[in-house]
Amino acid sequence: MNQSEWPLWEVFIRSKQGLDHKHVGSLHAADATMAVQNARDVYTRRLEGVSIWVVESKHIHASNPDDADAFFDPAADKVYRHPTFYEVPDSIKHM
Amino acid sequence: METLEKVLTPEEQFQARIDADIRIEPKDWMPDAYRKTLIRQISQHAHSELVGMLPEGNWITRAPSLKRKSILLAKVQDEAGHGLYLYSAAETLGTTRDQMLADLHSGKAKYSSIFNYPTLSWADMGCVGWLVDGAAILNQVPLCRTSYGPYARAMVRVCKEESFHQRQGFEIMQTLCEGAPEQKAMAQEALNRWWWPTLMMFGPKDEDSPNTAQSMNWRIKRFTNDELRQKFVDMMVPQAEFLGLTVPDEKVKWNEERQAYDFGEVNWDEFWSVVKGNGLCNHERLQARVQAHEEGAWVREAANAHAAKRAAREAVAA
Ligand SMILES: [Fe+2]
Ligand SMILES: [Fe+2]
Repeated sequence: MNQSEWPLWEVFIRSKQGLDHKHVGSLHAADATMAVQNARDVYTRRLEGVSIWVVESKHIHASNPDDADAFFDPAADKVYRHPTFYEVPDSIKHM
Repeated sequence: METLEKVLTPEEQFQARIDADIRIEPKDWMPDAYRKTLIRQISQHAHSELVGMLPEGNWITRAPSLKRKSILLAKVQDEAGHGLYLYSAAETLGTTRDQMLADLHSGKAKYSSIFNYPTLSWADMGCVGWLVDGAAILNQVPLCRTSYGPYARAMVRVCKEESFHQRQGFEIMQTLCEGAPEQKAMAQEALNRWWWPTLMMFGPKDEDSPNTAQSMNWRIKRFTNDELRQKFVDMMVPQAEFLGLTVPDEKVKWNEERQAYDFGEVNWDEFWSVVKGNGLCNHERLQARVQAHEEGAWVREAANAHAAKRAAREAVAA
């Protein structure tokens, strides 16, 4: 990274009280304070948020898409984790 | 299925995902040419948003009322935002902001030729919003479903913001057309200058656009240049009629059979000449961009120095 390019930050915004923060994009900023201010200007010009998180992109660790099939495979054959797996008699209410 | 996947090459697997409309994400395997095409297209798009601020910035200080000035400021600020969304999307493909800006400033990278035309009167602000943003929207709406995830998501945000851009432009035109004869004449004169350059925004004719087929195959593009140009004419001719203005093309005529407007041929010599750098404002736009970047250097350096100082202070306190 050369001197003129500020670090990259990922931006997460809570759109409404009660909802979770959602990734909306990224931006460059010299530090966290500036990242939050820039995120406000870039991503909430139309009241899209009530709270902003920023995380420097280099701190994000991700699962490897090339291993996605094997990585998520253990969940694929466990249908009994879903309520629809169970048959409830018609006469039983509220279940 | 499993045995089938084993014989597929990475390219074939990639194309199968594209054909199934599964979005490609930054860390997914992709052909080099796909990556290169996207970096070129997304960064050109970002550059267009950035340079696109200049023709309208020209009128902020001379807007006819405080209301118009506030609207124009908000629109220009949106365009800066669009540039940022798009640069960020391009960066996920492995290029850097510095590299993209360097390519823009050296003249190596292109941006939309429409911004190499001058904005001579207030009616031009009407035409830019109504026609230029109108054409941009037609280009951008299908890009919300483009195959590369970060690009598609950036375009969703851009499209949400664009519709006010077009409406405020139309409103400027409508106000002028309902005003004094001189105002209406100003609107017509601006339309005369902007009509053909906006048709050029969709790019060369399909037969002169060798990359279209590959881009459609990768679902980066969803419509050809000529398809979008036709849609634009069909959309705009009735709007011009509503305003009481005449589109400067004698060949414009409703074709009952095609259920579309026939229209004349774009001056492709002019198109290629502006692309090659000989438009009225190519030099001025690039110079303004480079100047803004250079004059902002001290701000970028100061912010870095400030961040370093603050980090050092926090380290001592901790
Ligand atoms: Fe835009
Ligand atoms: Fe716009």
